[in-house]
This record gives sequence, structure tokens and C-alpha cells, in this order.
Amino acid sequence: MSIFIDESTRLVVQGITGRDGSFHATQMMEYGTRVVAGVTPGKGGQTFNGSVPIFNTVEQAVKETGANTSVIYVPPAFAADAMFEAADAGVPFIVCITEGVPVLDMTRVRPFVQEKGARLLGPNCPGLISPGKSKVGIIPGHITQPGPVGLVSRSGTLTYEVVYKLKGAGIGTTTCVGIGGDPINGTNFIDCLAAFEADPETTAVVMIGEIGGTDEQEAAKFVKEHMSKPVVGFIAGQTAPPGRRMGHAGAIISGSAGTAEEKMQAFRDNGIGVAQRPLDVVGLIREAL
Amino acid sequence: MNLHEYQARELLAAQGIPVPAGDVASTPDEVEQIARRIGGPVVVKAQVHAGGRGKAGGVKLAQTPEEARDKASAILGMQIKGLTVHKVLVAPAEDIASEAYVGIIMDRASKAPVWMVSAAGGVDIEEVAATNPEKIRKLAVDPRYGFLPHQAHLLASELYSDPKQVRAAAKILQQLYAAFVQAGGSLAEINPLITTPAGEVKALDAKFNIDDNELFRKPEIEALRDETAEAPSEVLAREAGLTFIKLDGNVGCVVNGAGLAMATMDLVKYYGGEPANFLDIGGSSNPEKVVNALRIITSDPAVKVILFNIFGGITRTDDVANGIVTATKQIDIKVPIVIRLTGTNEEIAVKILDGAGFSAMTDMDEAVKAAVAKANGEVGA
Repeated sequence: MSIFIDESTRLVVQGITGRDGSFHATQMMEYGTRVVAGVTPGKGGQTFNGSVPIFNTVEQAVKETGANTSVIYVPPAFAADAMFEAADAGVPFIVCITEGVPVLDMTRVRPFVQEKGARLLGPNCPGLISPGKSKVGIIPGHITQPGPVGLVSRSGTLTYEVVYKLKGAGIGTTTCVGIGGDPINGTNFIDCLAAFEADPETTAVVMIGEIGGTDEQEAAKFVKEHMSKPVVGFIAGQTAPPGRRMGHAGAIISGSAGTAEEKMQAFRDNGIGVAQRPLDVVGLIREAL
Repeated sequence: MNLHEYQARELLAAQGIPVPAGDVASTPDEVEQIARRIGGPVVVKAQVHAGGRGKAGGVKLAQTPEEARDKASAILGMQIKGLTVHKVLVAPAEDIASEAYVGIIMDRASKAPVWMVSAAGGVDIEEVAATNPEKIRKLAVDPRYGFLPHQAHLLASELYSDPKQVRAAAKILQQLYAAFVQAGGSLAEINPLITTPAGEVKALDAKFNIDDNELFRKPEIEALRDETAEAPSEVLAREAGLTFIKLDGNVGCVVNGAGLAMATMDLVKYYGGEPANFLDIGGSSNPEKVVNALRIITSDPAVKVILFNIFGGITRTDDVANGIVTATKQIDIKVPIVIRLTGTNEEIAVKILDGAGFSAMTDMDEAVKAAVAKANGEVGA
């Protein structure tokens, strides 16, 4: 099994005719994801790559194609409304790749999506992949392979690094989820940990965090209280200076809060194996399996 | 993006918040003129993006315009936490009966703007939060409904007992919330919010940070950016579309992706080196980005080695390798370069780089070790 996406995922791509949307829609189709619809206002009735119908609205796309997952590749100015639209159309799982969405917008999107009963992943995230089944977002498919490890991360390329190292060691993943680097987002560590705990095929979990906020600390408590499966953790930003935004909007040490040391200590205190280097994740996971 | 105090005061005044009349100056002459116009004692305050200005000697009281001029001469050009003071705010010295703190931050834990108010103002609020958390009243705002009048009244009642002052403070809180939302703030605070002996409530000092993600739709706020208050290398990087943060070490880092960039810095430290910077060049193999990255890094004389760490996922690493070769031909680089590439087509990439005379490898730990050895001047490195 896997979490959030699998062979039954029917994907609608919001912004399918844009530069990023069209590139990644093609990549996802090549990987085997069932891309059933695209949405670009004003281009309804056209097709993408000769096979995927394009609609003017998400509502039409869902009605016509039975799409059950949406992925958003639209500029930041339109991203909030794209998330509102997907939730309004009844899409149960919404993945927003867009980077640069104003935080104030997210304070409104988040409760709206929750009230509609939908799950949001992102924004500012690489999406997710259930190797061999489906990928939604921008994670390169060929660096992953199916296997027993669940992986959840706030990062993009650092996640690729780790999943690729795992693959090099012959270890695959059930699902690899990038929750994104923004301070306010949809799905968090705990949501993914709970899903991995419930997934019978996942036998160990890797959690990759970074400086800023308290999500990792809360996730660590969750691991101790609610998880039977072993968890291995890595935190990026041990050398980051306080008060500076390290690329990701949410990667900032505020005052003395949200440091890598504080998070690693929370991991240790709650029985999570701490990798000092990305490479060490492989050894720790091998032990855990 | 952080605003200066004088800019924050302007945003507050635009909403109607009572702010003592003041003006900003960049020369002692201007300071003297402003002080003369204000009349009476004034405060001269350094305008830099650093806390603890008072302790650093960046805030001085002056009784006369001449004294204001002298004080400004000492403050202008001084360094506070590594930042040069280019501007000072000149404001009337107020008689203070009480000092309170009011602030609103975009709170990650609550996923909403959260108010913090305290009758114990005028001091570092983080310190109050650590030592006397019961002195701070917090309140989360539901952004879908906004900051409601009764909430403003409730918070104001925490600060004052005189009904007139409660009404005045409630109004100020609503105006501050409006300023926060209009500017796309991540933090807006008045510290201290004072009462005068006559009973008036006024904003004496203000701080405003903006969510960078708002700037694309707030040109009027972007226009407030003060590039003289930033490191020149960071200004250059922003113009080139790169995220760059200067650090104190000597291993220059060029990495794709913010998480991997942080992990690379950490690994440099792990192997006994010190990173010179954080730099995320993003996901493309565009040689122009690499050229800009190299220009910025080599402008720091402390840099002894440049370390590339690139994960090629959808971007092919052979494209990135060609980009690096093209870029390094356009710019004269005097320090050694260590390149680590992994992912799609990594063998081809290493061949391209080896052929061009670089030391290229696919293992992150080996590359970092090699870079640190070169930076530390180890023989044979």
C-alpha cells in the first residue's frame, strides 16, 4: 500500500498549459500517473498532449472525469484561489506546488479546505510519489523505487538526496511526501506519520525536518505516544544563523526558538534515531528494518 | 523584509495612529534643522535593522538642536551588530507616564495572526515572555472574520483601566491590525505604547516586518526597501533571482534547493570547515545563474574554495556540468573549485567536468571533505 496516492489516483492538473504545469504533467504521465484532466480558464475544450481534456473550471473537470486529486502549478497571485476552487469542487486531495503564496492567504485557505473535508499538501512543496503507482508533483520518479520505508520531508532536493541514497542501498519507499517549506501549510508531519503508522506496508519512517517552528518537536511527541514503527530523523540548518530566512519561507530561527539542536534533542528525547548527516539515514534505516 | 522604524511610523500614522511628529535625516545638518523645527528636547535614533539599538549607543537624548547635531554626528556611520547607520530618526522626547507593549505576529502554531499585549512594555518582549509569561495576553484572530471590535476592547482593557484610555487603545489596536493586513505584515508592534502625564495614548516606537511573499502585490511596500541596510552581496543575489545569505566561513557553497543547501553547510561544519554562505541556485542549469552565483561568492575575499553540490533530478546533471564549464569560462576564479553532482546522467557529468580540468565527484561527503581540506590549506589537498 501507500499513503494519499496510488493506482486509483485520478489527477486534474490546474495550470496544465503553463510552463511548469505542462512540463510536469508530461513527466507525471510518463511515470504512469493517471492524469485525467487539465484546467486552464479560457482553454476549455482543448486537449493537452492530444489526450488529456482541458476544462475551464475544476468543477467541470471533476464532473466529467471523476478526478479525485488536484495538483496546482499556477503563479502565487492565483494559487490561493486555485486551492479554494479545488476544495469548492469537492476534490478530496489537493497538492499545491506553487512557491511564494502569501502567508495571509494561507490563513484563509487552510480553514476553508478543512471545512470542505479535503486534505491539502503544500504550498511550496515538491508533491509526493508512491513509487511504481503514482506521482503527483515534481519529484523525479527514477530516483525512487518501491519498498517498505515511508518518507516525509519539508525539503525538495534534500529529500531527493536521501531517497536516492536509500535506493543506492537497495531500500525503497511506500510513499515519499514533501510537505513543503512554508510556515503555514496543509498536511504536516503528524498527518503523514499517522498515515504511515496506519499503512500496513510501511515498516519504518524517515522524517526530514529543518529549522523554524515547532512541527518537528510536536511530531516527535506524536511518535512517542502513537507510533509503533521505528522513525529516523534528520534536521537541516545546524549552521543557520538566527533571524534569517534560509530559502524556505518557514526556515527561520526566531529569537532562540526553532533551532536544529532543539529539534534534534526532541527527536532523541522521544526515541527517534537522529542522523547527523544525510548519509546516516541509510544506516539507521537499515538497522530499523 | 524588515522596515525601518521611521517607515513603520509612517504606516501607523497613515492609519491614524497618534505618532509623535518626527522626521528622518542622513546628515547632522538635517538633524539640527529637524530638531529646531520640533522645538524642545528630541531623541535621535539610529535606523538599522538590528535590535538593542539603545544598548549599542544608537539612541540619544538631546536638549538642544546643537546637541542633537553632535549626537547625530556620533550615531551616523557607527556600526550596530555589523550594520552601518546611514539614517537617524529625530522625534520629540515625550514625557512618559506608562509604557505598554502591543504586537501582532503571523503565528505558525496557531496558523493565524496572534496578538500579544502587555502592560509591561518598553522592554524586550521575548524576555517578558520567558520570565513573566503571565504578563502577556495573547489572542488569535480568525482572518476570515478579521479583528473584531470586542476583541480590541478586551485587549485594551488588559492595558488600561481609564475608560478613555481603553477606548483610545482599542482604536489604535484596530488601526494597527489594518496596517498589518494592508502591508502584508509578518510582524507589527508598538513598543512602547505610552501614556503621557496628560493621559494621551501614543505610539512611541514601532517595528514592522513584511512577508516577502506579499511583495509581488504590494509595490508601495517593496518601494520602502533600503538596499543600503543590506549586505551588497545579498542585494546582488536578489537581483539575480538567487537566495544568498553571507556567513563567516571560507567554504563558498553553490547548491540547488534550500534544504540541501542547509544540509551542505552543516556537512562542511561536520568535517571541520566553516561555510561562507547559504546559496540556493534553484532548479535550472542556466549558465547565467551559475555566473552570477560565482561572481557573488568570489566577491568575498574570505572564500578559499568553492563547493558545488547539485542534485540533478529532472534537471540532467550533464546539462548542469556544461553550465558550470560555460560559466567558469566567463569569469576569472582564483580559488579551487570542488564539484559534486549526482542524479540523472552523473557519470557523463563527471566526465565533462574532469575533461575541463575540475575535480568532480558524485559523493556528497567526499566532496565536502575535499573542499574543507582545500579551505584549511592541507598539504596535498
